[in-house]
Formats: sequence, C-alpha cells, structure tokens
Amino acid sequence: MSSYHLTHLRELEAESIYVIREVYAQFDNPAILFSGGKDSIVVTHLARKAFAPARIPFPLVHIDTGHNFPETMQFRDDLMERIGAKLVVGSVQQSIDQGRVKEESGINASRNALQTTTLLDTIEKNKFDAAMGGARRDEEKARAKERFFSHRDDFGQWDPKNQRPELWNIFNGKKNMGEHFRVFPISNWTEMDVWQYILMENIEIPSLYIAHERDVIWRDGSWLPMSDYINLRPDEKVERKKVRFRTLGDITITGGVESDADSLEKIIEEVAASRNTERGMRADDKRSETSMEDRKKQGYF
Amino acid sequence: MSDGYLDMELLRFTTAGSVDDGKSTLIGRLLYDSKSIFEDQIEQVKATSERKGLEHVDLSLLTDGLRDEREQGITIDVAYRYFATPKRKFIIADTPGHIQYTRNMVTGASTANLALILVDARNGVIEQTRRHSYIASLLQIPHLIVCINKMDLVDYKEEAFTKIVSDYEDFASKLDVNDIRFIPISALHGDNVVERSDKMDWYDGSTLLYSLETIHIGSDQNHIDARFPVQTVIRPHSDEYHDYRGYAGRVAGGIFRPGDEVIVQPSGFKSKIRSVDTLDGPIEQAFPPMSVTLTLEDDIDVSRGDMIVRENNPPRTSQDLEVMLCWLNESPMLTGGKYVLRHTSSECRAMIKEVVYKMNISDLTRNMDDKTAGMNDIVKVHLRTTKPIINDPYRRNRQTGSIILVDETTNETVAAGMIV
Ligand SMILES: Nc1nc2c(ncn2[C@@H]2O[C@H](COP(=O)(O)OP(=O)(O)O)[C@@H](O)[C@H]2O)c(=O)[nH]1
Repeated sequence: MSSYHLTHLRELEAESIYVIREVYAQFDNPAILFSGGKDSIVVTHLARKAFAPARIPFPLVHIDTGHNFPETMQFRDDLMERIGAKLVVGSVQQSIDQGRVKEESGINASRNALQTTTLLDTIEKNKFDAAMGGARRDEEKARAKERFFSHRDDFGQWDPKNQRPELWNIFNGKKNMGEHFRVFPISNWTEMDVWQYILMENIEIPSLYIAHERDVIWRDGSWLPMSDYINLRPDEKVERKKVRFRTLGDITITGGVESDADSLEKIIEEVAASRNTERGMRADDKRSETSMEDRKKQGYF
Repeated sequence: MSDGYLDMELLRFTTAGSVDDGKSTLIGRLLYDSKSIFEDQIEQVKATSERKGLEHVDLSLLTDGLRDEREQGITIDVAYRYFATPKRKFIIADTPGHIQYTRNMVTGASTANLALILVDARNGVIEQTRRHSYIASLLQIPHLIVCINKMDLVDYKEEAFTKIVSDYEDFASKLDVNDIRFIPISALHGDNVVERSDKMDWYDGSTLLYSLETIHIGSDQNHIDARFPVQTVIRPHSDEYHDYRGYAGRVAGGIFRPGDEVIVQPSGFKSKIRSVDTLDGPIEQAFPPMSVTLTLEDDIDVSRGDMIVRENNPPRTSQDLEVMLCWLNESPMLTGGKYVLRHTSSECRAMIKEVVYKMNISDLTRNMDDKTAGMNDIVKVHLRTTKPIINDPYRRNRQTGSIILVDETTNETVAAGMIV
C-alpha cells in the first residue's frame, strides 16, 4: 500500500488542479488574476496541468498599475506567448484618466488602493464571473478563514460573516446575476510550499526573485527599488545593493531584502531561515494591523 | 539544500475543545515550538500582550483571526493554520467552541485525517467532549488524539490522567473510531507538546508533535473501490490532438491503470482505459487523491457528473438516499422542501421526504419524536433526488458518500450530509 501515497507537494498540486477544474466547470466566464508574482505564476502552471493537452481555456487578467518592474512586464509577455494564453489588461492609468479614481499624492503615494476600482471595472466589463488568484491563507491573519470559493456581492465586496461553509471537496459556486466569485486554488500552500514546488517543477520565474544588483533606497525597514515613480525624502539616498524581492507588486511599495541568494536552492534556504513574513516587506500592509482586511472588504484581491 | 521536502507527507487535522480548554494556546505552542512563527508575528503578539497588561506572551493571540472577533474577543468560524516539520506538513482546521460550533466542527472535520480533542484536566470528560467526539466519529475522522490539558493545574498527577482516560474509553465504545490515543499536556508550559515533560515520568507515550508526525495515514484512503467522478471533458481542438477526448477528474477511490476494464455510470457503457494523462505525459497508474485525465478506448458519451468505475465492485445507484444531515443555516430545514443537491461533480434537485430522528449529541440518543432541524442540529432523513446518485456509504468512501444541500433562492450551502 505504501506505494500509493503522495508527497505533500503532489497532494497540494492535486487539490489545486481539482479546484481550477471545478471553476471551469461551474462558471461561464472565469479568468486568472495574473500579477506576475510567483503565486500567480504557480496558479498559471497548475491551470496548464489541469487542462493539458489543451491550452488554458480562459484568459489571464493583469491589473497594470503603470508602476511596474520592467522585468515583470517582459516576463508576462514571454509567458503568454509560450503557453498560448489570452491576456486581458486592466489599466490603472486609464482609470485615472477617466476620472474613476484619483491618484494619491505625497511621499507615500501608491497606486495600490486604486487597483481595486480597476479590477472591479475589468471584471464587470469582461463579465468575468470567477476570478482566480494566487492568495494563500498563510499570508496574513485575515486570510486564514478565506474560502476556496469566496463569494462577492454585486459591489464586488467581501463579507467575512456571510461566507458559505465549505465541506469535503464539494464547492458551491451558485450566484445571482451581477455577483462573482474570487477563487483561491493555492489557499492551502505556504510560501515554502510555493518555492519548493517551483524548484521541483522547474518553473520559470522573473529574475527579480533572485539576488541581483540594483539601485535602492532604505525606507520603512526594507530596500525600495529606485524608479521614476519615487519621491525621495530629504534624508534618503540612492545606494547600490545586492537584493532580491519576496513578493512582486507595484514597484513603488515593494521592498526587497539584501541577499546573496542567486539560485532557487539558496532562496529556499533563506526562506527557511527567515524570521519575517513576506508581507512584512510590503508598505501597504504596514499602515495598520487590519489594513489587509479593510482592503479585502472593498474588493481587493 | 537537502531534498527532504520531496518525501514529506501532508496531515490535515482539526481541533476541538470547549471555551477556555486551551485550544488557542496549544496551537500557538505548536506553531511557536516548531519554529513556524515569524519574528514580525511574534513582535505583534508581544506588543498586544503588553498593551493588554499580560505578564506572559499570550500565544493564543497568534491564532486570532478577523477584526470583529478581535474586538469582540471571540472566534466565530473555521480558520486554517499551517506548519511543517522535516517529516510532515500540517494543515490545522481550527474550529472554535463557541456558537455555531457543530457547524464549524463538521466543516473542519470534513477534510481532516485526525482530530485533536482537548479536555481540561480539572473538569474531565464533559458534555462538550462527548459532542466533539461524536462529530469526529460521524465524519469518520480516522484518528483521534485526546489531549488532557492543564496538567500543571492538577500537579501533573497520573491519577487525574488515568481517571479521564477510563471515563473517555467508557463512552468511546459507542463511537465508530478505531484509533484513539491520550496525551497528558500543559499547553501553557509546553509539557509533552513538542518537548517531553520532565514532570510526568509516569507517562511513557510520545509527545503530541511526535504523534502527529508519525501516525500512519497511508491507509486512510480507499484503495479498493475504483471511483473517478468526471469533472470536465478535455477537447483540445488543435491539429496535434484532433481526436483527443480526455476525462478530467480526481481519483476518489481505487487504482486506475491503462488496460483496466471500466464502466461509465450512469449510462453503463463499458470500455477500457487507454491512458492516464498529465501535462508531463502519460503515467502508469492513478490513485487517490490524484488529479489526472483518463482517455478511453471507445468513443462513448461521457460528461461531467458521470463516474468511471470498475465492474467488480460498483457503487450504488439510487434516487432514494438515507442521509445523516447536519444543518448549517440559520433558516431551519423544511420537511417536504426542495433543495439543490451536490454530490461529487454532479448536481440535481432533492426533496426532504421524511425525518427519521434527531440525534441528541450530548448523550448520543435518538429522538424519534422531534422531526425538526435548525442550525447545528443533526438529523437522519430520507431524500428523494431528481436523478440517480452514484454513491457509496460514507463509511466506505468520504468522497462518494458525501453531499451538500444548497438553498435554491439564497444559493447558500445549508446542509452537509453523509449517506448511510
Ligand atoms: N495553567 C494552565 N493554563 C492554561 C493552559 N492552557 C491554556 N491555559 C489558559 O487557559 C485560558 C484559556 O486558554 P485559550 O487558549 O484561550 O483557550 P481556548 O478558548 O480553548 O482557545 C488562558 O488563560 C490560558 O492561558 C495550561 O496548560 N495550563
């Protein structure tokens, strides 16, 4: 009997593929939210596994803040080409130009909060009824109770008190007109699982995750990449450091860590020894202890 | 780097105990002592403990969830936590002992291989203990660990422990669980959680973590009855795979190999497995809980909701089901009411024809006179479905034996059922 057993990564993989297939079967018009980060890359990889030898039978959606790492954009376009997937882009710049949202000003200005509107507009315009994301329950306290199938009302909002119980592997994607679901196929993965899986499966990821030399400034406890979108404070100076990023988001708020980890194996060693959560590096989560929860309620990823 | 992670197993467990038995402290202790807590999380918890004027770091804060609860100081739902040791990765379905607890525990228990049941050493086996154990047994969790907590408050005395063990064993004879173990612990001080206690020499069993790491879970899946519910049909529409027709799904029981003679239910068509496919190419066999794609030798009509099985031990096919139902919703069950029924990958409508009895889960008796069910009630019912359900008894297969009911107007999941 012992030969009929899966390792933890294979069991997580099987669960995620199952969830992605359920989404395809239960919804009319699903999509993957693709940020260019490792988690959405893994979800995309799992979606390929779910439908092989066919292509992924639904589009990938990128919410483009306009403040991207150039490496992320290049990676995104190469990946779409390689797997033959359809890409839909929602542009925050366009939301600003159309007066849907107002750009923040000041030293900590970021387009992070603005993404929510662009995302909801993109979902509505394309009539997506299920948007799959790479969020994991281990990322943050507010996510620990998140369902695989997370129901959103017709304003795209999440009501933590009104989520459906999920039992066994039976998912309930029933909804009324105008409502949609967010689905999180890798809910049960941890940061470590994601890295180990990337290594095991030899999945390509943006070079930003691997230690590299870069112009950075020290702000709020992490190395923020220098870019055209950053306003320097008087006491800040640009330095050249060897850094890597643990999450990839808007370039204005994604801090890196100093690191010599220039291979996946070394990254995994660093993650194992690391004493900080990956989200600890993101300026948007530092604003208040419950900031993630507040943004979630409004319809953030 | 070592490749140890390539042989780690996954264990899902659920935790149950009544309020203040020390469940949050125990989980916090497991996470903390197994070094699964990051420094920024610990810093937050330290700061909060100080703000509250506590003397020690309150590990239970580590597992605190949403803001509403933080404000009200209660937990109201199932939360999932993760930690890993070099041997296993653990997923904890943490279910609070407060209101709605039956619903929460049933939810957490539905995916668990193991249940941790907490007992306060001062109070012994109480009604809550029996309820939690009954739910674990009803949901067919294969392994139970009863943690007798707060041993420090009974001076780490062996008699306190053995008394609780024998009380528990008395009533556990009525349960349907084969593997029950008992561990005396102090979650607060860490005795027998991760580290062996030096205060309980009389106990020669293993620590909680060691038990979690070594309990044999390889036989928890059904490897005998071949069951493959089809989720979706894969048709690539490309030149290379012009005639490809694959049936995508997750193995719910048994082993599938190329060449196996199979039957597709409910049509009854027979065929042979041509290949077991994955993105990385064909493989030699598929077993639970693998997600694969099967192709068949014959061009027969197969679609979502069908089940591919083997001839020798077929599932049951019926429109009349006898089900143990746990009601999960605030609006009570309507006898004679119609609901959407979901079972594996199939869906139909079902009517609640009759309530046989309501379970009194405090004393494990059946109330034949009470035919109602509100939130948190467990009842045995007869259902009539609009199409045949291809099923097994829940005791034999947790995937093909489970259903949920969905309210047709609110779309909410209102009940979870185990087919008898
Ligand atoms: N003396 C002692 N107190 C404990 C132990 N475990 C938990 N407690 C205390 O019991 C109270 C309730 O614990 P908590 O973990 O919040 O219980 P929960 O409601 O089951 O999650 C807290 O004051 C804990 O510090 C133990 O092993 N010994």
